[in-house]
Amino acid sequence: MSHYEAPIREPLVLGDKSYHDITEDIAKPIEGAANKNWYIAFYISLAAMLWGFGCIFYTVGTGIGVWGLNKNIGWAWDITNFVWWVGIGHAGTLISAVLLLFRQKWRMAINRSAEAMTIFAVFQAGLFPIIHMGRPWNGYWVLPMPNQFGSLWVNFNSPLLWDVFAISTYLSVSLVFWWTGLLPDFAMIRDRAVKPFQKKIYALLSFGWSGRAKDWQRFEEVSLVLAGLATPLVLSVHTIVSMDFATSINPGWHSTIFPPYFVAGAIFSGFAMVQTLLGIMRKVTNLEDYITRMHIEYMNIVIILTGGIVAVAYATEFFIAWYTGSPYENYTYLSVGAATGPYAWAFWSLIIFNIITPQLLWIKKFRRSFIITFIISIAINIGMWFERFDIIAIVLSKGHLPSTWWRFEPTFVDVGIFVGTIGFFFVLFLLYARTFPVIAQAEVKTILKSSGEFYKKRREQGIPTKPAINVVNVAGTSDKSNKE
Amino acid sequence: MYQFSGKLKMFSIALIIIGALGIAYGFYSAPSTVEEAKEIIAHQSSHGDDHGATHDEVKKEEHHTDVVKDLHANDHDAKAEVAHGEHHDAAHDEHVFHQLQNKPWAAVYVALFFFLGISLLVLAFYAIQRVAQAGWSVVLFRVMEAITANLVPTSIVMLIVIITAVMHMNHLFPWMAEGTFTPGHENYDAIVDGKSWWMNVPGWAIRSIIYLAIWNAYRFFIRRNSIKEDTANDGGKTYKLNYNVSVGFIFLFMITESMMSWDWIMGLDPHWFSTLFGWYVLASLLVSAVTVIALVTIYLRSKGALPKVNDSHIHDLAKFMFGFSVFWTYLWFSQFMLIWYADIPEETTYFVARFNEYKVPFLAMVVMNFVFPILVLLNSDFKSIPWLVIIGGVVILTGHYVDVFVMIMPGTVGAQWSFGLAELGSLLFFLGIFIYATLSAFAKANPIAKGNPFLEESEHFHYYNIEHRGEGSGDHH
Repeated sequence: MSHYEAPIREPLVLGDKSYHDITEDIAKPIEGAANKNWYIAFYISLAAMLWGFGCIFYTVGTGIGVWGLNKNIGWAWDITNFVWWVGIGHAGTLISAVLLLFRQKWRMAINRSAEAMTIFAVFQAGLFPIIHMGRPWNGYWVLPMPNQFGSLWVNFNSPLLWDVFAISTYLSVSLVFWWTGLLPDFAMIRDRAVKPFQKKIYALLSFGWSGRAKDWQRFEEVSLVLAGLATPLVLSVHTIVSMDFATSINPGWHSTIFPPYFVAGAIFSGFAMVQTLLGIMRKVTNLEDYITRMHIEYMNIVIILTGGIVAVAYATEFFIAWYTGSPYENYTYLSVGAATGPYAWAFWSLIIFNIITPQLLWIKKFRRSFIITFIISIAINIGMWFERFDIIAIVLSKGHLPSTWWRFEPTFVDVGIFVGTIGFFFVLFLLYARTFPVIAQAEVKTILKSSGEFYKKRREQGIPTKPAINVVNVAGTSDKSNKE
Repeated sequence: MYQFSGKLKMFSIALIIIGALGIAYGFYSAPSTVEEAKEIIAHQSSHGDDHGATHDEVKKEEHHTDVVKDLHANDHDAKAEVAHGEHHDAAHDEHVFHQLQNKPWAAVYVALFFFLGISLLVLAFYAIQRVAQAGWSVVLFRVMEAITANLVPTSIVMLIVIITAVMHMNHLFPWMAEGTFTPGHENYDAIVDGKSWWMNVPGWAIRSIIYLAIWNAYRFFIRRNSIKEDTANDGGKTYKLNYNVSVGFIFLFMITESMMSWDWIMGLDPHWFSTLFGWYVLASLLVSAVTVIALVTIYLRSKGALPKVNDSHIHDLAKFMFGFSVFWTYLWFSQFMLIWYADIPEETTYFVARFNEYKVPFLAMVVMNFVFPILVLLNSDFKSIPWLVIIGGVVILTGHYVDVFVMIMPGTVGAQWSFGLAELGSLLFFLGIFIYATLSAFAKANPIAKGNPFLEESEHFHYYNIEHRGEGSGDHH
């Protein structure tokens, strides 16, 4: 009875699937050829990426002055995009680590792609700290390495240095966590491969996984330990990102709520991005039986929850700004001054996209609708970009001294680099979707019999799900009771 | 059904009486005039009291806040009247007098807030379990419901505190002092006057009553309907209703909890503010609440009242104790570090006061709330050993009592704090109420929430590496 499941839980795998069906469904996109639509999407993304790279080379070759920054607003699109991309990455770790700790079985169909999204998003985020440097070729000076300058060291008091450690640790741990989970799935592709080259590649990627009992035992143990480590890591990474602002003395930046509020916002935006991606992916890869309406609904519930936390944080920021009695707080990103000032459009975009639109998800019909979910998820991604832009640019545009009040106007290079990272992200994600098992088949197979639609229905009707073995006892009467 | 034994009833009533005597002693020994207060201080310093601060320390601290007042008052372009010289000494005596007068009130308030907050967070945790459709915790529902029975008596005491504060019978909230909002009055405080849109007595009282009303209304409803669920047999209608109401409660709780912490705790230091504060209070009470659930569960199980609770359930509770301890530390550190790092005077005073006058409790609580749970509860096996969970739990609860103490005392009694009969009496008083309310509520209903669709999952809950050896696990081998 260890696999007892309450009948009122919705099935996680639809249709009459066997273990082999799962393998077939997941291996299909990898084993088949890409269609025309994939190539169109890929080339558009590639073009955007190359355009972005051009803008990066132009910036580094010419100087940061080609961006719209000025002497008062030294951070704008660069750090906005950085925080936005790091935030997006957080949902992946949340799905794979936090939901694992909370024993949420529905994570199994989405964790692989969410982690891929994390890693590709962190790649994009990682570009900005380097390219926004005035002298990126000296970037390695941020590392505490013994050197010829009398061992000139870094100052460990700067949150920007903590960022270096946070992001690099985050990327490494996410990568290891993701790859460990991929081993049994790569082995599955390896074992099915008919082309020698493909077999060789997947044999290399799967590290000789042979699925022995001892291996599985350790595999699960490692997953749990990594989940336990990744959870504080994911909280601390965005916390450290938030401290780039919160440790400062700028009104609007110096706020103690930033650490948990940024983390909640990261999960909020990250889940929105997962919705955007999976909404398309489940369709084009024919994985609708695994990424079901219920998965979409559950993710929407997480979005409502984290969106609610973010809304409470906004209200708190707004309230305390008033409560302090400090006149400087009147021009912060969440203040009356921001709502009516030159950046009112950015302020109201934040409110409309982040607070008002997601409230539609309280309605069950909307949370279970693919098209409405898709639209709202895009709205949240826009809204969360504005949140970071507002925090950074509005606050910097009106500091302590009125003589330093200035505005920020992005140039085509600012925009081009951002578009480039979106292109780069999709290039990676599209390649991934063609070459990696996008659903963790090993994990889904563990829940097939407890949470698969077919098996659940059978249990409900009292039909044995295993072929009945006719056990004849001493008395000669047969005993067919073999409920799951 | 569980039987609340007469012996235990007597014990809890004895605790209430002894506690009440301690509280009464606290009020009896508080000074009623400035002269008496001076005598008490003189008496303390002749005994070489370590933590009862000397006049010098108090003055230094006051000077510091004066500077901040100045800074702030200038911002507001208001008349800053700062007492100096002769006037300062008289003002200082008056100040110490108020602090000493506050002592018995603050002693009650710390214990009251701690117990009220725990009951509230158990209620919130319970609502979360319902909304999350948790499959493990259903066998603990009646335990959680029983603990929330405390919300009623603690809310009543809170209501009394609210009324006495409004009637100026105590000085717990400095901004409620006479003249705070009257320009020209010696108590006039330009900073507080600037936030009179929020910090005004009628608004504060009405808000406080609304919080209590919302929480108690949910508690009343869900307890009644949870018992109804046992025998409802209406195709999950009652269950669904309870689910929806719990969603609504969590929504309101998120808002009222933050506001409550601003009104009831942050308002004790009316010049200070921190955006994180509401969630910091939340984390402190949440870990205490889960710990209390674990301790009560272990106790009731040892009495054979919870036959379906096995070691995996204890393990899960201990995991939450561990996880939320780390979460509390995260928020504690975030708040402390950010204020320490930026070192803006109007915010830093908060920690300066605590660091100068409450060093031992301030630092000890970090050890009790973080270091100790990390060491004791990290090991997976340890989390299912009842006596280890009890030891961890007692340390965590002590640590969070100290946390609440350090939140409340500096703003109310300042350097005059001590842990004496009044403080201990208050703790025993509310502990007595807690035992009485919890166990009598538990005895009143079926110990198993029978109608819940996830009950069977909960009864068969088994965490993969936990070996069941304790009580209630006999039927799984």
